[in-house]
Amino acid sequence: MTLNLKVWRQSGADSAGSLEAVVAHGISPEMSFLEMLDLVNERLVHDGKLPIEFDSDCREGICGTCSLTINGKAHGPDLGTAVCQLHMRSFSDGDTIVIEPFRARAFPVVKDLVVDRAALDRIIQAGGYNSVTTGPHADANATLISKPDADAAFEAATCIGCGACVAACPNSSASLFTSAKLTQFAKLPQGQPERDIRTIRMVTTMDDEGFGNCSNIGECEAVCPKGISINNISRMRRDYVRAVLRTGGRVTES
Amino acid sequence: MTKLESKVPEGPLHEKWDNRKHHYGLVSPNNKKKHTIIVVGTGLAGASSAASLAEMGYKVKNFCISDSPRRAHSIAAQGGINANKNYPNDGDSTWGLFYDTIKGGDYRSREANTYRLAQLSSNIIDQAVAQGVPFAREYGGELATRSFGGALVSRTFYARGQTGQQLLLGAYGALMRQVDGGNCEMFAHREMLDLVMVDGRARGIITRNLFTGALERHAADAVVLCTGGYGRAYFLSTNAVNSNATAAWRCHKRGALMANPSYVQIHPTCIPASTEYQSKRTLMSESLRNDGRIWVPKNKEDVGKPPNSIPPEDRDYYLERKYPAFGNLVPRDVASRNAHYMVKQGYGVGPLRNAVYLDFSTAIKEKGKAAIEAKYGNLFDMYQKITDENPYEQPMRIFPAVHYVMGGLWVDYDLMSNLPGLFVAGEANFSDHGANRLGASALMQGLADGYFIVPASVSNYLATERFNLTPVKDDQAEFKAVEKDVRANIDELLKLNELALKKPAEERRTVIDIYSELGKILWDDVGIERTAEGLEHALEAIPRLREEFYSGVLIPGSDDTFNKYLEIAGRVADFLEVGELMARDALDRDESCGCHFRADHQTPKGEALRNDEDFAYVAAWEYKGRGEKPVLHKEELEFEFVELKQRSYE
Ligand SMILES: Cc1cc2nc3c(=O)[nH]c(=O)nc-3n(C[C@H](O)[C@H](O)[C@H](O)COP(=O)(O)OP(=O)(O)OC[C@H]3O[C@@H](n4cnc5c(N)ncnc54)[C@H](O)[C@@H]3O)c2cc1C
Ligand code: SF4
Ligand code: FES
Repeated sequence: MTLNLKVWRQSGADSAGSLEAVVAHGISPEMSFLEMLDLVNERLVHDGKLPIEFDSDCREGICGTCSLTINGKAHGPDLGTAVCQLHMRSFSDGDTIVIEPFRARAFPVVKDLVVDRAALDRIIQAGGYNSVTTGPHADANATLISKPDADAAFEAATCIGCGACVAACPNSSASLFTSAKLTQFAKLPQGQPERDIRTIRMVTTMDDEGFGNCSNIGECEAVCPKGISINNISRMRRDYVRAVLRTGGRVTES
Repeated sequence: MTKLESKVPEGPLHEKWDNRKHHYGLVSPNNKKKHTIIVVGTGLAGASSAASLAEMGYKVKNFCISDSPRRAHSIAAQGGINANKNYPNDGDSTWGLFYDTIKGGDYRSREANTYRLAQLSSNIIDQAVAQGVPFAREYGGELATRSFGGALVSRTFYARGQTGQQLLLGAYGALMRQVDGGNCEMFAHREMLDLVMVDGRARGIITRNLFTGALERHAADAVVLCTGGYGRAYFLSTNAVNSNATAAWRCHKRGALMANPSYVQIHPTCIPASTEYQSKRTLMSESLRNDGRIWVPKNKEDVGKPPNSIPPEDRDYYLERKYPAFGNLVPRDVASRNAHYMVKQGYGVGPLRNAVYLDFSTAIKEKGKAAIEAKYGNLFDMYQKITDENPYEQPMRIFPAVHYVMGGLWVDYDLMSNLPGLFVAGEANFSDHGANRLGASALMQGLADGYFIVPASVSNYLATERFNLTPVKDDQAEFKAVEKDVRANIDELLKLNELALKKPAEERRTVIDIYSELGKILWDDVGIERTAEGLEHALEAIPRLREEFYSGVLIPGSDDTFNKYLEIAGRVADFLEVGELMARDALDRDESCGCHFRADHQTPKGEALRNDEDFAYVAAWEYKGRGEKPVLHKEELEFEFVELKQRSYE
């Protein structure tokens, strides 16, 4: 099939970008979306033009590297799919496809479709872990964890850190991402000792990094490739209030 | 002349690691912060090494290619991680895990290393659980386990089909905690392009910022390389597309020996290629073999029929037929070779006739759809997304793909290469798996190396060598000289584009085009089944392809910005040398062992036939220049505690 691509081209963070038309012909339905772009790039390079820069790594929906907004939807039209798992059978011959980077103030464009999402790492840095040191620990079966709790922690922990939730949100909020990590630990006994301080620090960092506030629009949940539930955000809010009440909002040792 | 000393400690097998640790030197708390350690890579080995070293008080600089350390290739591991906890009380032990691993590796690994791996496995699970890694649990609240290829006990811990992700996020959390505490400095989107040696010791690296193209120099007292495997040399593999050999290969060029480069594992259960533009292959976790039954039609006329229309008596469950004890759970090399054989004999199924079936109908009937969904739901979804077929209703189509490399930089028992101060951990080293790796044991090795071995052995190096570790600065001559070499390399690549543009249009090839041709040569000649003729062919074809590459190839754009083609070009340049060494090593090893299967060395039943008399050694190669014949060094393998047996999974 033949597709009319309109691709965002931008040479660097400080330059202006614009949509450029590229025709992709000879595309087969079994190809993945990124393989389609690979092929388009090979042809551009043969024609002496600059390829479209995008990034990917695992190409199986788990690393969170790929980050394209397709026809206005982060990760494209298929539900529960990262763009590397999207296949061309989801499109029809002659379709126009608009391809843009994940847009958010906290995600500066590096080039074309590549953005810098280091702000998400800084949210994790503020407490997305249990503070345990490498060394001898109690036997893994010493603490029993009910299967429903373990499963709930796992569900939340499947977030791939792609940032689609941010890109989809009109406020560019990172609440779904942050709340998923908080829920993982809130559901586990090992996560309890730092529950308050973790919640306060991660929420504060999220604000400081330039992510917007959540106003319950729900776009994040709709685009999330891992089906992370928006209920996590309500939990985060409750935990935040609880943490502020219990600690007086202090997060450093006195 | 390089002398290979494995430095295996004295004493009975189970006391070796303790003995070694007792003799390790320690660095005083005050002195720790005076030492800088470079850790390259943030996969399981890198993140756990960096976090643990930083916790101890060293200043750590940690590097990765991706835009966030959490995206390292380890994130994609699906099936699980082994540990000899013996929770199910099915007779597991340290010896059991050790023995399975050394036998699985076809007796081509170092006894002492493999035993230590089994010893440390249990601590890894405790560590991960303390971090909050959400492993699968039983209703009683205890951890769940399952069995995996090559083992008769249930010792594999898992988190649905995302075990690598959860273990990596645990290690990444520990790492970010150290970044937060100021003990570790994180350098994301940096590619290590060379190693800096000062006075015969590894003292730093040169990196390129992949966002801006800037070259940077970093000095340290030790360098720990955790940069993963080189399976992407085959172009099509299950590895992430940015996985590469570059860091290890550039160390090799600076004198580090490369061991057993031909030991490549081909994973039996991957989704077959669907078009010629396939960019990578997707693994279906081998845990699926616990409940799936592998078959092809008995009659060639049936290969094109819908699988459900073929009655059971017309199906050949060939693994169950040939290996009654292990059935569908034979080790990977055996499963891969058999699938390859069936397809080659004309029994392949699917539109391109390039697959065998993996069928869940029996398990669904016996255990119910819900139970199967709970165990493999996400894998089934992934399969359906890629193929548009529903594996609950019709069997999956699978075919082997390159998955893991057992070869890597040579290291001694302390995980130090032959270059003092250069340590190598995880898939990047050659150490623990011999000629074949058992399922769920790479995660175990990466974390055993990173959490427990590297911190102790690097500390020992710093303590014992403290008077030899003179201060270095990144602006001294050695650093400038290596940076100049790196610059010259990049300029050479950019020139190739100009040369390509001077060729007639129909002769111009892109770097990706050359890359996929290399992959095809390696798959055909250095793949599942190897012959002397095939390997000799590869040894001619690869240098020819390399010549074509250096005569001009399209590498668009400039080097002062994000430029994927330029990144790939550097890696392909290295793969064009790695591939040749793989073929040479495979030709030199005139026996079959584990995954290295030479067609002329097999038992009457088609099993790999070892030659322990002549080949019970580690082949460690020394670099002599591009296109020059490398020099072979041998580390003889001594087996004090196990008896070498012909592997049999019947
Ligand atoms: C699809 C798949 C499934 C798997 N499933 C399992 C499983 O279930 N169980 C199991 O035990 N094993 C499994 N394996 C194998 C296992 O995942 C890997 O062997 C292991 O994760 C490797 O870890 P590592 O830390 O050594 O390297 P990697 O995770 O590959 O990390 C390499 C790191 O080095 C960095 N790097 C590389 N080159 C450079 C450079 N030049 N400069 C700077 N940084 C660099 C990368 O950015 C990355 O951070 C699987 C492998 C695959 C492909
Ligand atoms: S919550 Fe979902 S959309 Fe947001 S980063 Fe995680 S996986 Fe991506
Ligand atoms: S490339 Fe890894 S999630 Fe898409």
